[in-house]
Amino acid sequence: MKRLWAWGALIFGLLYFFLPLIGMTNFSLKMRRGEYSFDAYVKVLNDPRFQETFTYSVTMALVTILFGIFLIVPTAYWVRLKLPGLRPYIEFVTLLPLVIPAIVIVFGYIRLYNTSSWLPLTGSSLGTDVLLMFGYATLALPYMYRAVDTGLRTIDVGTLTEAAQSLGASWFTIISRIILPNVLVAVLSGAFLTFAIVIGEFTMAALLNKPAFGPYMQLLGANRAYEPAALAVIAFGITWGCLGLIQLVSRFQKTAPRQA
Amino acid sequence: MSFLTLTKLQKSFGPTKVVHDFNMAIDKGEFISFLGPSGCGKTTILRMIAGFETPSGGTIEIANKDQTNLKPNQRNIGMVFQAYALFPNMNVFDNVAFGLKIGGMPKAAIEARVREMLALIHLDHLAERYPYQLSGGQQQRVALARALAPKPQVLLLDEPLSALDAKIRVSLREEIRHIQQQLGITTVFVTHDQEEALSISDRIVVMNAGKADQIGTPFEIYNRPTTRFVASFVGTLNVLEATVTDQSAGLVRIGDATLAIKDAIPAVNGSTVQLAMRPEAGALAGNGEATVRGKVTSSQFLGSVIRTRVEVAGKTISFDTFNDPGTKPPVIGDLVGVKIDPSGLIVLAD
Repeated sequence: MKRLWAWGALIFGLLYFFLPLIGMTNFSLKMRRGEYSFDAYVKVLNDPRFQETFTYSVTMALVTILFGIFLIVPTAYWVRLKLPGLRPYIEFVTLLPLVIPAIVIVFGYIRLYNTSSWLPLTGSSLGTDVLLMFGYATLALPYMYRAVDTGLRTIDVGTLTEAAQSLGASWFTIISRIILPNVLVAVLSGAFLTFAIVIGEFTMAALLNKPAFGPYMQLLGANRAYEPAALAVIAFGITWGCLGLIQLVSRFQKTAPRQA
Repeated sequence: MSFLTLTKLQKSFGPTKVVHDFNMAIDKGEFISFLGPSGCGKTTILRMIAGFETPSGGTIEIANKDQTNLKPNQRNIGMVFQAYALFPNMNVFDNVAFGLKIGGMPKAAIEARVREMLALIHLDHLAERYPYQLSGGQQQRVALARALAPKPQVLLLDEPLSALDAKIRVSLREEIRHIQQQLGITTVFVTHDQEEALSISDRIVVMNAGKADQIGTPFEIYNRPTTRFVASFVGTLNVLEATVTDQSAGLVRIGDATLAIKDAIPAVNGSTVQLAMRPEAGALAGNGEATVRGKVTSSQFLGSVIRTRVEVAGKTISFDTFNDPGTKPPVIGDLVGVKIDPSGLIVLAD
């Protein structure tokens, strides 16, 4: 009886998640009347605005990931090594983007960095790109920090650092050649989550008026019938591809679990 | 001329002073063990030598050069940790080569030195393995090779055998000592295991509450402990009360027997002194030879020796006798005589 309930719950869950997806995919393939085709996908992929916005968002995602790695890996490492008492406070700060809406963050940015401020980042295209990247990094902070911190928990950070120091290594060498390679899988997990967030983000890009993939999806959805469904399937594919890559890179980890 | 000199070394963590004015001169090529219970300051001193802790006072000199304020990566000191601390992302070869690459050694020289080090620890066939593919003993040998590869001035060993099982521990400590003697490297070894310290050290520093209670050879530490702490921490100890009968002649009375002891007695005639007796200084004896008599409270057969505990006037004396297949060991409740070898008695200073 128990097993029957479990199977029932599983089937319900699968139907709940997959039926809308199947329906959407089915709809996206029906652009040509009376038969299935990839016309909607071809149209979307050939749209220069798709290529432009997708390239922009991918570029922004990569820059955000790099910025996130440079910011979070040394920070999480230093907190674990030297300031363990600060961990609860740092964790609290990293969780703030989950409770502060993106619109609040971006309005704050616009107000702080407008053309009449001491740092007029909104006054140039590059400035708004930088601002958007900071915004994306903030949105990805909870995921990136947690991923890196979890990775650091699996290694004996203190002893590895001291071992490297006793062999003459500088802080840069320790972080780049000992710490980062040992938390690479965790960093990549955070990176793929960041990628997925950036690709689908709408609010910040729209309010900063940047040609990103999120606003393009919204625009297409408001004016077309089949193309938005095709685009949504493509976006799902990208997200799932990222999750698949997380699983794949996890297999390359060379470390055994840390012994107590 | 000492090679590693610690002068008035102090360390405080907040209001707690963990190392008090520690002084020590270590010769080149010497193997020194810091022995003591947890929290006695032995690891703190080692970490100050390595540069991981900044002394609150005092100086550290290696080859007459002040190291006190140098960073750990500027000291050229090799260190082996209890937790192995091999870099998980590197194989054995790369782990051993790490310090050499940091030092900017040419590639061919690195290859040769790593091969030499791996041959030294007999693991040259495992160069491509990753740490998680090695046993604990193998990992610790690789850690030793890694620490020795850059030819450090001093080798520090922080309880390197504690995480290993008993058999590996014994074989690895012999290997460490052999390698240390072969390379002639000045070594400081921290342990709380007295057997380890006694078996491989040139000298032992017995630490207690942030101070060196006694510094001496293993023979001196075991046979001539100068404080009650050293006597009780190193080896098994019986403490007997004796009455001084003739201070100038070194005569004391235990029970009905008068014994002449070798140590000078720092007490006047008629007063009571505390004497330490190692288990091997006692033996079962017939009526005529017994120093004291008592009832057997336990008799443990340990293979080569039999450890017997006898209650004498409310106190328990523990002593070891060699196993003799022709003699039955005593059983609980037996009334026996115990002969005490006066040369094995030590007068406790405190």
